[in-house]
Amino acid sequence: MENKLPTIEIIEKYCKGCYICVEFCPKQVLEIKGFVVSVKNLEACIKCMQCELRCPDFAIKVTA
Amino acid sequence: MAFDYDKYLRPNKLPHIWCPGCGHGIVMKGLIRAIDTCGLKKEDTAIVSGIGCASRLPGYLDFCTLHTAHGRAAAFATGVKMARPEMNVILVGGDGDGTAIGGNHFIHACRRNINMTYIIMNNKIYGMTGGQFSPATPTGDKASTTVYGNPDPAFDIAKLAIGAGATFVARGTAFHANQIDKLIAEAIQHKGFSVVEILDDCPTTYGRRNKFKSVIEMMNHLKETTVPVKAAEKMSPEQLKGKVLTGVLYKEEKPEYTEEYAKVIQRAQAAK
Ligand SMILES: Cc1ncc(C[n+]2csc(CCOP(=O)(O)OP(=O)(O)O)c2C)c(N)n1
Ligand code: SF4
Ligand code: SF4
Ligand code: SF4
Repeated sequence: MENKLPTIEIIEKYCKGCYICVEFCPKQVLEIKGFVVSVKNLEACIKCMQCELRCPDFAIKVTA
Repeated sequence: MAFDYDKYLRPNKLPHIWCPGCGHGIVMKGLIRAIDTCGLKKEDTAIVSGIGCASRLPGYLDFCTLHTAHGRAAAFATGVKMARPEMNVILVGGDGDGTAIGGNHFIHACRRNINMTYIIMNNKIYGMTGGQFSPATPTGDKASTTVYGNPDPAFDIAKLAIGAGATFVARGTAFHANQIDKLIAEAIQHKGFSVVEILDDCPTTYGRRNKFKSVIEMMNHLKETTVPVKAAEKMSPEQLKGKVLTGVLYKEEKPEYTEEYAKVIQRAQAAK
């Protein structure tokens, strides 16, 4: 159970592509594709929730 | 575990109007978490604002809300609190709304020590109207109305609040997102007029003019230019040069206005 991957939900219609979650993710899990964020490396996620905490737009949710 | 913001938000209002990277959304999330921590009920809580980008905040929250006239949040909020002292009253707004046109209402709400919580999102500029300088714009900075640099010194909003008589004053930043809810929760729990200044970013009208290349640079600037008040105790004046203190800056117990006013009513009725 320990190593179970989290679910990262992105609400694309809320995301404004501001880069905050991308830049403050300590593990480079996220990237901007087109105008919105997308997950590029889920395996690296340490479930620190920084992305969810800092997103000004309620656009990213991490469920461990 | 993902925090459930949805139960505090009005349905179908998102996405909000704020620009990409605007810190107002980070502050709004902090306020929601603080309300959750304090267990405030929707029907017992009024959220009141003036006008500005920051003042759009109450429109997204599923509480009793009032979006009033520019600078007048404190006046309307005082009316709510006097009529219904049992209600939790929270004011939100920008530095322009609160310290320029609303400066007089602000200082007198502080002086009265009426039990309300005021969250000022200080992005150092009038965002909504296109970047005019505000009383919180630092000397030398550029705004649409100070293209050659601002000649005015800025207000220190937290100090202004303390000087005017607020009995709880704290300062946080949009970078320190995980502290915003804790400061606001403590402010809500304090009996008296509480001011929480959040140093915020406006990438659109302040950042670009003042040579910030990105939202991330603005966020990092908030990190680099602030020091928690506890850490500052162990630092030398040289180390503290150019730094702004964060955390709970002032706390005092004093008679609260609605309680004092209730006594006036009692005295007046006894005198009949
Ligand atoms: C009586 C009145 N004067 C001026 C305005 C124009 N106005 C709207 S918002 C604003 C300033 C907002 O700045 P601030 O409170 O710092 O909030 P921000 O937009 O930066 O979040 C001004 C001057 C107004 N709406 N009403
Ligand atoms: S939870 Fe942490 S590690 Fe995972 S994506 Fe978000 S910021 Fe990155
Ligand atoms: S922080 Fe939020 S709005 Fe900004 S890019 Fe990430 S998900 Fe999108
Ligand atoms: S203009 Fe500035 S304060 Fe207004 S929403 Fe845009 S970034 Fe935020």
